[in-house]
Amino acid sequence: MTWALAAAVWISVALGLYLALSRDVLRCVLGLAVLGAGANLVLFSAGRIGSTQPPVVPLGESVLAGAANPLPQALVLTAIVIGFALVCFSLVLVLRLIERARTDDALALREAEPEPTDPVKPPLPTREADARAGGAA
Amino acid sequence: MSVSFLAVSPVLVPLGTAMLATAASRRPGLQQAISFTGIAALAVCALMLVAQASSGVPAVAQFGGWVAPFGIEFVVDGTGASLVLITALMGVASLLFLVSDADPGPRHPLLLPLVHGVLAGVGGSFSTADLFNLYVWFEVMLICSVGLFAIGGRVDQLDGTFKYLALNLFGTMLLLMSVGLIYGATGHLNFTALGEASAQWPPALGLALLAALTLSFLIKAGAFPLFAWLPASYHTLPAPVLALFAGLLTKVGVYAVLRTLGDVFSPAPQMLYEALGWIAAATMITGVLGAAYHWDIRRILAFHIVSQIGYILLGIALATPEGHAATLFYTLHHIVVKANLFLIGAIVWALTGSYDLRRIGGLYALKPLLAVLFLIPALSLVGIPPLSGFWAKLLILREAIAQERIVWTVAALLVSVLTLYSMMKIWMEAFWKAHPDETWQPARVRLGAAYLATTGLAAVTLWISVSPQSLLGYATAAVAGFGR
Repeated sequence: MTWALAAAVWISVALGLYLALSRDVLRCVLGLAVLGAGANLVLFSAGRIGSTQPPVVPLGESVLAGAANPLPQALVLTAIVIGFALVCFSLVLVLRLIERARTDDALALREAEPEPTDPVKPPLPTREADARAGGAA
Repeated sequence: MSVSFLAVSPVLVPLGTAMLATAASRRPGLQQAISFTGIAALAVCALMLVAQASSGVPAVAQFGGWVAPFGIEFVVDGTGASLVLITALMGVASLLFLVSDADPGPRHPLLLPLVHGVLAGVGGSFSTADLFNLYVWFEVMLICSVGLFAIGGRVDQLDGTFKYLALNLFGTMLLLMSVGLIYGATGHLNFTALGEASAQWPPALGLALLAALTLSFLIKAGAFPLFAWLPASYHTLPAPVLALFAGLLTKVGVYAVLRTLGDVFSPAPQMLYEALGWIAAATMITGVLGAAYHWDIRRILAFHIVSQIGYILLGIALATPEGHAATLFYTLHHIVVKANLFLIGAIVWALTGSYDLRRIGGLYALKPLLAVLFLIPALSLVGIPPLSGFWAKLLILREAIAQERIVWTVAALLVSVLTLYSMMKIWMEAFWKAHPDETWQPARVRLGAAYLATTGLAAVTLWISVSPQSLLGYATAAVAGFGR
């Protein structure tokens, strides 16, 4: 079972990295989501798998033996919730970005850092870009 | 031990403020009042934390009735308390700056709640004594900061947000994996228990786990070669938020490296310190070269964040009590100076209408006091005696020379010269030369609050400059408990 989990981690991390390195920004975000799933699996397996017994101390006893480790389950639950929220946010962000910038190619997305035209100095911003730079919080 | 409110206050106060401010988002005046009350309360709590940490007994809180190695624990020692205090100070400065006309345009109703959310994440990172909890506070910081990036809604801001988010998200995932693996190897997450357990683990395993953990913190800190997200995105932020981010966010990553390599897992494998030293040297050099190329004040300063991170990391790489004290001293000095430079840059923008040095000029003739105000943090960043940056660099370099790290020392000195070059570039272009447009008149704006904020920060810098011994004494005492 451990080997199956290790293989699952390997596949999801490889898949996630491959997608995250894509130039397509939507794929990149999806890749990060898959990578997050891989990270969650690592966290889950850190508590060792094997026992499926719930970690509840039986009535009349004070020692818990042979039960599953509850801590990584609590941790992974936290991580899943946080990761899900971030993935939702980044999907909305990327869709809005594609809509506004009219491209989904990461190399063509140079809105924040315009391409230099002069080999020595960076491009001079337009007057309009200056006017909105500090304001509009 | 019970839950001490004081130990939790770096998180509870900003979180409470954020919630109240969200509830008041339809009434800007009330929201402003809540926000100022909240930051004042945080500052008071931080002062009490520093007082308690100086007395030798740090504030401690354990949650849910679980005792030390099992429950989540908050310990605010001297290092954490001083950083919480400087966080509160940064909050005061940037909220004060927000009141002035230097940041015009309609304000988003969620701006203030998100700023307090970032402060909660920063405060939590400085207070916690639990590795997984540290990850949670990094995520709180990340989600609030991407919110602050995105609420402007301009296309360049969205572009910056995406780059910031993608690289930082990768960093937190690496952090999560390393935390999971360290838990798997030791069965602990509490800092004290991890320190004891890590003395037992096989050296090769320790090296691999700590390398992964440090790497994830270095992405957050903006170290070479993982700083690409920082100069790509920071300049799209509104100025007061930019100053807050520049002062605090990368420093949380640096603090996490200091806490893990300097305190919890100390002594870590020598190879890690060696690698960190070279990374630090490369960070200094690449950051300052990036700054030399640019003509936009914000972009110059953003590259200088990266460059200065290198000095702080060098202090950690030296791995001695003197190095740690120098690191803390440098961090405290640097946060104030960096935020102040960004705020002064915003005043320059408010007066001239441009951040680009080729478009502006003539400010010395017009506002000599503003020019002096700029020179204090600028020369302090370079390290001109007797300003605070000189003492900070002296401490780091003295320790580097004592350990015969000559290459790192030479790199640091060379970078200082290049830092002087780019600070003088801003001075010559924005203040000294005449304005390229002869008919130019400065904008009529109310800048009282902005001047108050920047003068206050400059006063802190001057205080460190004239009495470095008191801060150094505090820093030495704060790191004395490291690695035990």
